[in-house]
Amino acid sequence: MTAILRMTDVHRVHGSGETVVRALDGVSLEIHPGELVAVMGPSGSGKSTLLNLAGALDLPTSGTVAIDGEVTTSLGSQALAALRRRRVGVVFQDLNLIPSLTAAENIGLPLELDGSRVSEARRAALGALRDLDLVELADRFPDQMSGGQQQRVAIARALVGERRLVLADEPTGALDSVTGDGVLAVLRARCDAGAAGMLVTHESRHAGWADRVIYLRDGRIVDETAR
Amino acid sequence: MSVKDSLLALLAHGPAYGARLRAEFDRHTGGVWPLNVGQVYTTLARLERDGLVVADGGPDAEGRIPYRLTPAGHDHVEQWWRSPVDRTEPARDELVLKLALAVADPSVDALAVIQSQRTAAMTHLRGLTRAKLALDGSHPDALAALSDAVVLEHQLYAVEAELRWLDHVEALMARTSHDQSDVARDKGTHR
Repeated sequence: MTAILRMTDVHRVHGSGETVVRALDGVSLEIHPGELVAVMGPSGSGKSTLLNLAGALDLPTSGTVAIDGEVTTSLGSQALAALRRRRVGVVFQDLNLIPSLTAAENIGLPLELDGSRVSEARRAALGALRDLDLVELADRFPDQMSGGQQQRVAIARALVGERRLVLADEPTGALDSVTGDGVLAVLRARCDAGAAGMLVTHESRHAGWADRVIYLRDGRIVDETAR
Repeated sequence: MSVKDSLLALLAHGPAYGARLRAEFDRHTGGVWPLNVGQVYTTLARLERDGLVVADGGPDAEGRIPYRLTPAGHDHVEQWWRSPVDRTEPARDELVLKLALAVADPSVDALAVIQSQRTAAMTHLRGLTRAKLALDGSHPDALAALSDAVVLEHQLYAVEAELRWLDHVEALMARTSHDQSDVARDKGTHR
């Protein structure tokens, strides 16, 4: 099966000379459809850099990152932005839902930005909500939802349309443990339905939801649990 | 784990014979600590000797004798619910012992010991998480499902605690080796 995300001997260096930081130092990994991969490691081990490169929010100093076969370093800035919009969904700890838009409008927004009609975007948004059993939230505004509901809506937004790569950075944030489990269950279900997921976390409990766990230290993969 | 107290607590619901108690025990613990019927009857015999249970009538058609709590048995159960379980005596733990020896022995790669343990714990954690997923919605009886979740979540939290402890030991080792190189440098010696 073709990998949705393929990183090959990726290096990312910040700064130069005395202050050079090798944030990533030769990382290779693949994430296939249906797979959820957790990334763990101490602070400063390169987890966030890895996530940013995987989401085409940053480019490698050397090596390649391919998303759905498209190599990020070979694209111009417009094509890169389109790749991000169409292929990659990101769930951050801060929800980033727009307060003046309903759940359905928040989810449909990336599609509208990409040129879809409002009615098409709404249909896709309702589909995404239905997949997550959240359709009753469609017309609620963020302040009318609980933290757990907002985070699940953020995951729905991350996976609306054709996007098949979802990147999550500590997605359960400050949620209580039972609500947090609900959010991870949704991420798991999306991957089981064919998406590829990367979950950056320092909570081993959360990494337990993944198919594989990758440990980073000093920008290198030091261990990887088998499937 | 106290089989005695658990069986008394189950008998507080009403009389039951050994096989029935065993089934109830398994149902509440998700089969994590399976009991055999022999164990149940030995325990019941001891409880009868101690005056906490008595036979509730004669054997049924299949020769099974139901037992019920005596007033002393009821008191014992009440007392059990009220008293905290003593967790202050640490059990001897092979992993703790192994790591305590490893970090103090320069001929052992303690980091590798930690890493292989971490991988094993993570794999275990993943298995438990899958079991938890399978549990969701599998039980028609919500209270029995809750009992199962209690047992499973305890295992999950225990593995999580172990993983955090492993991380912490690794950080402590890094700090110690850092401090030692500082001392060596201050003394003007080379390591």
